[in-house]
This record gives sequence, C-alpha cells and structure tokens, in this order.
Amino acid sequence: MHWLAKPATERNTQVFIGVLTAALVAVCLLNLLLPAGHPLHVSTYTVTLLGKYLCYALLAVAVDLVWGYLGILSLGHGAFFALGGYAMGMYLMRQIGDRGVYGDPLLPDFMVFLNWESLPWYWHGFDMAWFAFLMVLLAPGLLALVFGFLAFRSRVTGVYLSIITQALTFALMLAFFRNEMGFGGNNGLTDFKELLTFDLSADSTRLGLFVASGIALGLGYWLCRAIVSSKLGRVCVASRDAEARTRFLGYRVERVQLFVFVVSAMLAGVAGALYVPQVGIINPSVFSPLFSIEIVVWVALGGRAMLYGAVIGAILVNYAKTVFTGVMPDAWLFALGGLFVVATVMLPQGLAGLFAKRKRSTPAASAKGAKEATA
Amino acid sequence: MNLLRTLEVSLLFWCCVALTFPVLAQQTDSAEQDAPPELVALAADSYADKGEAIQALIASGHPRTRTWLTALLDGKLQRLEDSGRFVIVTDNSGRDWTVIDAVDDAPLGEVSRRNIDRITINNALRNQLRSAMAVLDLDAPTVQERLVSADRLLGKVDGNLVGPLAARLDAEENPAVREKLAQALAIHRLQSGDGAAVNAAIDTLSGSLNPAMRAALNGVAAGEGEAAEAARRALASIEQKLKLNRAAETLYFGLSLGSVLVLAAIGLAITFGVMGVINMAHGELIMLGAYTTWMMQQLLPGQPGLALILSIPAGFLVAAIAGIIIERSVIRFLKGRPLETLLATFGVSLILQQLVRTLISPLNRTVVTPEWMSGSLVINEALSLTLNRLYVLGFALVVFAGLMLVMRRTRLGLEVRAVTQNRAMARAMGIRATRVDIMTFALGSGVAGLAGVALSQLTNVGPNLGQSYIIDSFMVVVFGGVGNLWGTLVAGMSLGVINQVLEPWAGAILAKIIVLVFIILFIQKRPRGLFPQKGRAAEG
Repeated sequence: MHWLAKPATERNTQVFIGVLTAALVAVCLLNLLLPAGHPLHVSTYTVTLLGKYLCYALLAVAVDLVWGYLGILSLGHGAFFALGGYAMGMYLMRQIGDRGVYGDPLLPDFMVFLNWESLPWYWHGFDMAWFAFLMVLLAPGLLALVFGFLAFRSRVTGVYLSIITQALTFALMLAFFRNEMGFGGNNGLTDFKELLTFDLSADSTRLGLFVASGIALGLGYWLCRAIVSSKLGRVCVASRDAEARTRFLGYRVERVQLFVFVVSAMLAGVAGALYVPQVGIINPSVFSPLFSIEIVVWVALGGRAMLYGAVIGAILVNYAKTVFTGVMPDAWLFALGGLFVVATVMLPQGLAGLFAKRKRSTPAASAKGAKEATA
Repeated sequence: MNLLRTLEVSLLFWCCVALTFPVLAQQTDSAEQDAPPELVALAADSYADKGEAIQALIASGHPRTRTWLTALLDGKLQRLEDSGRFVIVTDNSGRDWTVIDAVDDAPLGEVSRRNIDRITINNALRNQLRSAMAVLDLDAPTVQERLVSADRLLGKVDGNLVGPLAARLDAEENPAVREKLAQALAIHRLQSGDGAAVNAAIDTLSGSLNPAMRAALNGVAAGEGEAAEAARRALASIEQKLKLNRAAETLYFGLSLGSVLVLAAIGLAITFGVMGVINMAHGELIMLGAYTTWMMQQLLPGQPGLALILSIPAGFLVAAIAGIIIERSVIRFLKGRPLETLLATFGVSLILQQLVRTLISPLNRTVVTPEWMSGSLVINEALSLTLNRLYVLGFALVVFAGLMLVMRRTRLGLEVRAVTQNRAMARAMGIRATRVDIMTFALGSGVAGLAGVALSQLTNVGPNLGQSYIIDSFMVVVFGGVGNLWGTLVAGMSLGVINQVLEPWAGAILAKIIVLVFIILFIQKRPRGLFPQKGRAAEG
C-alpha cells in the first residue's frame, strides 16, 4: 500500500478525521442555521476563536512530530509559525493597495510612515497569491533546512538543540522588532482588508477560514500519521530511542531528522498563515521564546508521540487561556506554570496517555534507552 | 616772637584738628574723593574704562580685590546715590535692601532701593571677570583648587592675562598645575602669536586630550605653513591617544557587560554544567536576589550601603532556599529526563514571576546606589570608569574565585564531582548522593541570588529581570563548555567584549543578534563549547 494511503486503515486516524469532520460540520450548521438568539447558536466570534484553536492544534501536531517521534525538543517552532504568518501578512498587506491610511498604492502604511521611498526587494512578488502561499511553505522550510542541516550534521541534539532553537527564535524576535527590517517593527502587520478577494470582516469569510483551518489540520494530521507509520517513521522512533545504534545500523539519521524537521516547520508555517487572517495581526511577539515553549506544553499536556494528544492539548490549554485571561488575568500565568509542572511531573504521558489502554512505544517507556543513546 | 606765634597757631590748629577729628573722619569716610581710587575707577562710565580698571585693580594687589570683583560679577557691587559710598548688597529682596560697606564690611542697615546706583557690566566684562578671578584663584592654598581654576582658564586666556599667568607659572610648584598653566598659555599663543612661539606652543599641547586644546590646534591646522604642519602632526598624535582611550573604554564596558553575564551564568554553570540539571527558573532566582536587595533597603531606610552589604548573604540565602524548594518539589522527580526538567522549571519560572507581580508589584522597583558606589573613577580627560560597574566587575571575580575554591578545595566540591561523574560508584563509596544534589543545587541557586544583588545596582529591578538573562546565561555556559567554570568566565567576558565592540557600528540590538547567530554557528562547529570536558567527566 502507498505510504500516504496507510493512515486510512488506522483506527485512531479514522476516529480523529471523523470527529474533526463532525465538529466542523456541526459548527457550520449551528452558525448558519440557528438564529442569533438561540442558546445553541455559535457566533461568528466563537467560530473565529475555534479557527484560531485549530491553527494552534496544527502547530502542536507539527511540534509533536519532531518532539514525540524524533526526540528533538524544538523551543523555536514559534519562529516557523511566525514566518508563515508573516508571509501571509505580507500578501494581505499588499492586497490593501491604496486603501491604507496614507493611500499609497504600492507601499504599506508603516513604510510611508517611516518615509521609505520604495518597496524593499523581499516585498516584491507578495502581491501574487500563489507566490505568497509558496513562501508560506518555503520561508519556514528554508530556515529549518539551513538550521537543521548545520545542527544535525554536527550532531547537536538534546538540551543543546533546545537551547539553540530558543536562541534562534529570540534572535529573530529581536530582528523583527527593528523597524529597519521592513516588517512593521513593533506593530507588525495589521489592518488587513481582504484575502483572495474575500472581505476579511465578512462572516462568511470567517467561517470559510475556520473550515480551511480544520481541513489543514486534518491534512496535516494525515500527513504526519503517514510519515510516522511509514518505514521512515520507524527510523525516526529508532533514532529517538537509540540514536547511536540506529546510526550503526547504517541509517543516515541526520537526513531523516532533517527531512522530518523541515516538514514540521512547513506545517507550522501553514498554521501561521491560517492564523494571521483570522486574528487580523502578526507581530514579533509570536517569535517570543515564551510562545514557543507554550506550544511544547500543549503537546506535553496532551501527550507526546500521540498526534491526537497534541490536538487535545492545544485546544484545552488555549480554551483555558481564553477563560482565565477573561475572568482572572493574574491567575493565568500561575495556571500555565502549574500546567508545565503537572504535565511533566505527574502526567509523563499526557492526558492522552491516561486514556490510551494499549501498550505502545512512548518516550517515557523507552526513556532508559534514550538515556543510553545520549550518553 | 615770630617763632612763638607760629607755635601758638600750630598748637591751636592741632587742637582743632584733634577736636574735630571724629566729625571730620566721618565726613571724609563718606565723601566721594576719599573712596578707594580703584573702586571709583570701576564705576567709570564706559565699559572699556571699567575693563581697564579691573586690570589695574588686579595689578594693584589690593587685599579686597577678590571681594569686589565677585560682587561686581554678581551685580552686587553698587553705589549709594546720595553719599557716593560703595556698598555690597547682601539682601536685595523687598523695597529696602540690606547693604554693607564695600571697604570695611561695616553693616549699613537697610537702604532704599531708589538710593542705590548699580555698577553695570556687559558680557565681555563678565568673561574678563571670570578669567581674572580664575587667575586670582591660582593663589588658593590647596592644589585641588588651583587645578580647577587653571582648568577653567584653558582657552579663556587673553592678552591681559598673559602677564599675571606667566608670573604665576614661575611661582607655581605643583607640576600638574604648572602643566595646566603652560597649556593655557600655549592655547593663547597658538591663537595670537606666530613663529617660534606657536611651535613651542604646539609642542606643549601635543598629547593632551582636552577638547579646548584640540579646538585651538584645529584652528591652527586649518591654515598653511610650517606651524599648521606641526599642528596637524600634534592633532594626529592626539587622535591616536584618543583612539587608545576609546578602545580602553570599550574594553571596560565589554568587561563590565561580561562580568554581568558571568555572574548570571556562573550559578547555571554549577546546576546545568556540573549537575546537568536544566534550570529555566535560574533567571527568576537572580530576580529573587535583586528583590532581596530592594527588601533590605526598605527594612533599613537611610542606610543603602549597609543594606547592600547585608543583602549579599541575604540574597544568597533567599535564592538558595528557593533553589532547594524547587529541587525537592520538582527536579528530583525528573532525574535523567533533561527535556522534561527544562519544561517543568520553566513553569516554575512563570509561577515565580507572577508571584512577584502579585505580591510586590508589576512595576519596577528602584534600588538605591550607595554613595561610595556612585560616581566614576577619572583616569584622564577622555576616560572615566563608572564606579558601580567597577564594583560589579570585582564582585564577579570574587564570586568566581570563591566558587572555584569550593569546587576544587572543599569536601563538597569533591563529592559533587564524584557524584556527577559516576553516581552509583560515588554512592558505593559512601557519599550521600541526594544530599550532594541538594547542596549543589542550593549553591548554584545561591550564586544566582548573588548575581541578583549585583544586578540590582546596574538595571531595573522588576518581575522580568530574570527572563532577560536566561537565554544569555545558557549561551554563555554552552559557549564556554558545559561543566567548565573557567570556560564560563572566558565565554562571558569575551561575549561581553564582542558585544561592545560590535555595538558602535551595528547598534545594540543588531549586535546582540550577531552574537546569538555567532554562538548558534559556533555550537554547530564545536558542540561541546570552547573548553570541552575531557576524560571521564565528559562521559557522564
């Protein structure tokens, strides 16, 4: 059977895709058919919120792919998410055209504000949707390729890799905060008008973006399942549990790592690209190390190496965040901090691990082997 | 007879004089023609005459010269209209002004403002007065005062002052003051004179860093001829000296930044480097140390110095106790799972930050710098070192030396190294590994607290203090080579210097980015840092 078709036969993929489809359809129906006053009506605001969660879920799946199956704890995946978001944001900025505050047909508002004469070279081409969407994949993909190539080639793994990925996103955050970079500095990109000629403030566009996020999540999940259940996926798990042994068996571990890392970065980029039109802004705070490490805790809480665990974790934590920051903003960081501790100390296999009855090869079960490998 | 007559008359005359003297004396005292001629000259109508009068007054060496000139400069030397008496106004509020006599300081009570005639001066005179007073100050008893007044004369010397200054130069004994005076005269010669005088002046000025002298040399260098050539050479040598000083300044700031990095990272070098525990809450332990300093200063108001010294042990204790709590409640459950430790301790850091925000304030707190730590150490006119940074630099070195001693020379250090190299073997030898874990972690955390105490003198103390140092600290430890204290010192100092060297042409943020990218690339090249561990320790 073709490796891409394999997930169709897996029980948990079937369940996941089924639940996801049902949820998408239900939300659409509840939003469209029920009148606004009805208790079961899902408002457009909620739809957008759910769409945002779905983007986070896709991002969490991308992180789980590298952390759960490859054993690489990336503390910089927010950077890939943000790069995808910025690529989309640049396209949306170009779509504003002369409807900006300053009415310049070519330059975005912040460039006019900074007295820039012409468009920087890297802004060219972003007026074309196909180019921008390609960049959504290529920008994070290329960064991951270069960074991963250097890191995996010199066998930088474990904690060291985590720390330098964090440094990477930190450096990018500092860079994007600079006005001279040409990405809107502190304020980032915002004030978007339309996407592919659809008005971004229209309810139908918002619902469409929600559905698109859901489909992207489904496809991303499918792709990740296909990768991890293929032969390549087995090599991934092998290199996670005993990197040196896998190498001795003749596998080019660094190539496998690089491939999966780049795929994961591209998925994160897609999540970012879908996130930006729904939230309406992208700014350098997405590059902050705190955001990247938050993604990891979604995965840790949901359960590592169980892709649906990452989805559950992302949605649950972000729902909690929405509730907490609304009701008692001060308590949120306590709760988040507590989550980090609880998820790692008391739930080594995450929430999904509580429900998973089958014995399976989880990182915690093979922690001893992993330790041996890093020694 | 004739003789007798004369005698009689003269006797009578003297009697009269004697009798009328008190009255007469009073009259002559207030009479215009009896006022000191110097003062009368000062009250001349034209400013030019006044200027000459000032010169004459200084030349006369009159004992009250200084008092009069000061009063004149302040606009307090005035004249009573009715009597023509010179007075000094001591209180010019209200309708009637309190005055004293300008000649003998006798209090004259209050005088109507209308009755007072002011001796006016213009800006040229003011400048002349200031220079003149600086010359007068050159007579001051202490070297310090003479130096200050000589310094004030740089670039201010005009033709009138040359004479008195040259005289002072001959009389002066202190070499520093002599040098300053010679330079002041040289600037004047540069600006006015020609030929040999200019060349000699250039010789005197070359090598000096004072901006006034550079300005004077620049003036000459712009011209033509031999003198301009010499001036250009002198300027070049000054420029060379300035460059050296700037390099020294950059080095100092770099080392200062480096010492901060070393302080922040050295505790991490113990917990991460030696124990292998990733403590993302390390930055918050630094923050706790800084807040301890603030707390101590609140407890001991008015004694910031004492509070700061007491916070050194207090900050160590607070952070060490916090470290023990973190170790016992979280880290010990995650032994051998470094990535999970990283996440859990990150959670702890969020909780600690929020705790400070809730309990104290989300706003920054000011920690007072004690008097003996503020100000700066002036090396020369182009280079001065701020004292607080100097203290922190010294403190970092002391902390480093102390840690080295603990790790190399004490029982604890030996046990720590044994446990990290081979835990099972160490336990078999009777070392209580758990106790060593706690002690090591407390030590590393306590050092973070010390870093906080030091940092409170340099930056704002706020809930985000730790966050801004955590990535840098990890970079320093990784760059220097994990498990190597010397590596941490060298890495911290060199990163600090690199950052400062890059800053002038790249800007602060870009410099930081460049350094980060450099470290990321460096780790690819040498994954084990500058000083990788060798032998058995490397295998642990």
